[in-house]
Amino acid sequence: MNKSGVGIVAAQRAHFTQPLELKGGSVLPAFDLVYETYGALNAAKSNAILVCHALSGHHHVAGCTADNEANIGWWDNIVGPGRPLDTDRFFIVGVNNLGGCHGSTGPGSPNPATDKPWGADFPVVTVVDWVASQARLADHLGIDAWAAVMGGSLGGMQALQWTLSFPDRIRHALVIAAAPKLSAENIAFNDVARQAILTDPDFHGGHFYEHGVRPVSGLRLARMLGHITYLSDDQMAEKFGRRLRVGAGSYGFDVEFEIESYLRYQGDKFAGVFDANTYLRMTKALDYFDPAQDYNDDLARALARARAKFLVVAFTTDWRFSPARSREIVHALVHNGQAVAYAEIDSAYGHDSFLMDEPHYHAVVDTYLKRVKL
Amino acid sequence: MSATAGGQAVQLRADFDLIASWVQPGERVLDLGCGDGSLLKRLIEERGAKGYGVELDGAEVLAAIGNGINVIQGNLEQGLAGFDDQTFNHVVLSRTLQTVRHTERILGEMLRVGREAVVSFPNFAYWQNRLAVMGGRMPVSEDLPYEWFDTPNLRFFTLLDFEALCVKMGLVIRERQVLDEAGRLVTEEPNFLGSLAVYRLAH
Repeated sequence: MNKSGVGIVAAQRAHFTQPLELKGGSVLPAFDLVYETYGALNAAKSNAILVCHALSGHHHVAGCTADNEANIGWWDNIVGPGRPLDTDRFFIVGVNNLGGCHGSTGPGSPNPATDKPWGADFPVVTVVDWVASQARLADHLGIDAWAAVMGGSLGGMQALQWTLSFPDRIRHALVIAAAPKLSAENIAFNDVARQAILTDPDFHGGHFYEHGVRPVSGLRLARMLGHITYLSDDQMAEKFGRRLRVGAGSYGFDVEFEIESYLRYQGDKFAGVFDANTYLRMTKALDYFDPAQDYNDDLARALARARAKFLVVAFTTDWRFSPARSREIVHALVHNGQAVAYAEIDSAYGHDSFLMDEPHYHAVVDTYLKRVKL
Repeated sequence: MSATAGGQAVQLRADFDLIASWVQPGERVLDLGCGDGSLLKRLIEERGAKGYGVELDGAEVLAAIGNGINVIQGNLEQGLAGFDDQTFNHVVLSRTLQTVRHTERILGEMLRVGREAVVSFPNFAYWQNRLAVMGGRMPVSEDLPYEWFDTPNLRFFTLLDFEALCVKMGLVIRERQVLDEAGRLVTEEPNFLGSLAVYRLAH
């Protein structure tokens, strides 16, 4: 039984031949973006919503694939007929970001200069670069301005950046469980994750493809660490507590506690499919994001050029991107007299809350989007 | 606090009429405890104000979003941290002061972020309330519509009490309007005949 709202979907690919200058100074001569769409673009092309993904996401936002009904999109619970991102009303676009590992040009793609995978030579891409590439996709789809750009976590940073890079091409920004920049603690978590990958002997300086191996153990550790920070202490206590697996109590180092089992499973699952070079780049994009940097750390001045209206949402138990960080964005917008609504959702699920089917949270998004004029 | 009873709704409009008459086009208004944003909606539509609201209750926040209000979910008891000094022309606290524990702090915060504070509250010394207490029962009325055991009100005070606090805090009363239960202006014996008071305060 297919529980998805939009049913079977298929990815599409767009090829861009105009070189893309990256913030880091290098130039991508050409690139591909893989994307999915749900719903129909109206005649005025005024009903398009771009959904930006976070660290480990991709273009498969909703629906399932023809070959696998269980392969349901990562934010399926919010997209579909009658759901907050209502496909009867909106045209939804999900895209795999540059540097990703789900089809868009990234470290695993062939480097035209060598015909071998880019590997470590793939440039570090930033949120600014992603938004620039997404604007090319909007051009490709004939969309002058998004009705809304929406994302959680790193995806929320992209929605925010859209309002700054292309103030006239976005009418609403839905910035969820995000922050205007990472804290030192956040960068520290990211660097431990990167060190796990960089010091894995199978990483080979990022050129592991040609050695026929993958830095699985480094990637696994990186994901396990990440997962700890996405959950809340309360949720972990409730879900796992100090419960032991059957046969535990061996006074050894095999899996004994349920939480260990859960983290190892998540780590293994992720390391089996994700690209280590992509992981390094996604975390760097997080670290570098700081729109206020060029404005003497004055966020209000940095956001002054935004013309979009904002919905900012945070979750009470999110300690990775805490509500206080979302409020920084809100207060900068209020300072400027810009339009913003802010909801702080009671949720037990920590940073991961933004992916959960929490009724009040979905009602907030639904109510906000119902007011978006097409 | 949003209106529930019909009588209160009538009077609430009188309360809002006063506040609306004080807001000039283009002025920035912050409504603390804005509920579903009814007052702000009116100030935006009728007075061309730029409005923001603060509301703690999630259901009210949702309703305010539905009304297209710039609503910010937050707890007034924690002050107005994050709001910059002198950002607003008016900061409104309508029928909410009596529910706030940190009375002086919130009044101070209102005049930190705004040039003028607009405060309305039920007058505990209203004659019908006095009568109820003399009869041995706590008052339940249009402006104090709760039983003692389920009231959100924490502070019970009168016009005279409030004005004494203003003196203590060095706040200037720019204007005071007092309403009876039908929403009519009261000019004589306001601390006896008025059930709701609306003040404009400044430093």
